[in-house]
Amino acid sequence: MMIGVIDYGMGNLFSVSKALERIHVEYKLGDRPQAIEGCDGYILPGVGAFPDAISALEEHDFIDFIKEKVTDGVPVYGICLGMQLLFDSSEEGGRNTNGLGLFPGTITRFPGIDEQGRSYKVPHMGWNELEIHHPGKALMTDVEEDHVYFVHSFVVKTEESSILYATADYHMEVPAIVGKGNLVASQFHPEKSGKPGMQLLENFCKVMCKQ
Amino acid sequence: MLSKRIIPCLDVKEGRVVKGIQFVDIRDAGDPVELAKVYDEQGADELVFLDISASHEGKKTMIDVVRSVASELAIPFTVGGGIRTLEDIKVTLRNGADKVSLNSSAVNRPALITEGADYFGSQCIVVAIDAKYDEASENWHVYTHGGRTPTDWLVTDWAKEAAQLGAGEILLTSMNKDGEKSGFDLPLLRAVQDVVQVPVIASGGAGSSEHFYDVFTEVDADAALAASIFHYKETSVQNVKAYLKKKGVPVR
Repeated sequence: MMIGVIDYGMGNLFSVSKALERIHVEYKLGDRPQAIEGCDGYILPGVGAFPDAISALEEHDFIDFIKEKVTDGVPVYGICLGMQLLFDSSEEGGRNTNGLGLFPGTITRFPGIDEQGRSYKVPHMGWNELEIHHPGKALMTDVEEDHVYFVHSFVVKTEESSILYATADYHMEVPAIVGKGNLVASQFHPEKSGKPGMQLLENFCKVMCKQ
Repeated sequence: MLSKRIIPCLDVKEGRVVKGIQFVDIRDAGDPVELAKVYDEQGADELVFLDISASHEGKKTMIDVVRSVASELAIPFTVGGGIRTLEDIKVTLRNGADKVSLNSSAVNRPALITEGADYFGSQCIVVAIDAKYDEASENWHVYTHGGRTPTDWLVTDWAKEAAQLGAGEILLTSMNKDGEKSGFDLPLLRAVQDVVQVPVIASGGAGSSEHFYDVFTEVDADAALAASIFHYKETSVQNVKAYLKKKGVPVR
């Protein structure tokens, strides 16, 4: 089994790679589709701003590649910004940028003011508890309603509750783990989220990708 | 609910952990990676490594430390000390750190905050402020270069400016309280909490579990950092968290 890590210049590749090594999963990094064609599953990491990331994915010819893999049912896991890129669009950077459109929904900034008019802090930063809605999914095997580490200013807004495997509460419902078929993603970095995070990575690699 | 974070801080010099008491005396407290693992096992929510090496060699060693920590731990960590350019930020984050902490370099050239935030996002950029109370002006002033150099900035003004420039978090150290173990500087923290919308990490003065309770309940700090009480095993992260939990403070 081989995991392909999509390297378009904007991921925290080192920590993802090391986490895969800790769970004894073979992987390769590729900055072009040809370099990682034929893997059993793919990880799309991401740190930075949405518009830059979309441009970088285009430059590295990864947009169609990711869409094809998802259509073919190959498991793909988006991490952090890598999750947001899979949605329809984002308002980050002051304009609307189209995403990959593989999940329905948009990315908006945390309003910073709750329904009662009280202000709260943005980014959403720190350990927050998962509320699991679809425990039966392969990705969620043995994942408990534990704390994971969030750090983000932009958040997914979606009407499609069937994709919300888990959410967290930060003055609003925050989509934490999403999935549809073999396409899954988490807003938090699993490799930085202690035991539950490592469990998710392991489930992705060893349950979802193992054919 | 978002939990309150307990953050052990490791001052690293030439690859070894040391701790300056009130920024002057230094004692050796061990290997950074081994200490990091101990803290992870105790339930530390995050770690901060401050590189206080003076030499070029020491800086290179720090990158090795960063790589080892990122290889072995599954919790986030911040690296600060001597990060002066966007290139320094890139190298540190690409080697596995989750955030960088900017102090003197941000005061010298505030645009560095924006450059880092634009490139990697605000969440990666922590601005560390060393604050000292001035009796004459009855206000807190920003000090740089490990607390040796006073600046013209008032702490509240600089914190506000840093957040506006793109800092995702403020690490606020009270020089008056640092090493005293008499509790966090609540008035200072309150003053800064009132003017910024980003998370504030309280630092300087932790001496007991009660001090953590006070800083979380009385000023609603988002996180609290400590060094010596953890390094010298006067208490553990575990003990502090057990205490907070009992008292109803949300912790992981």
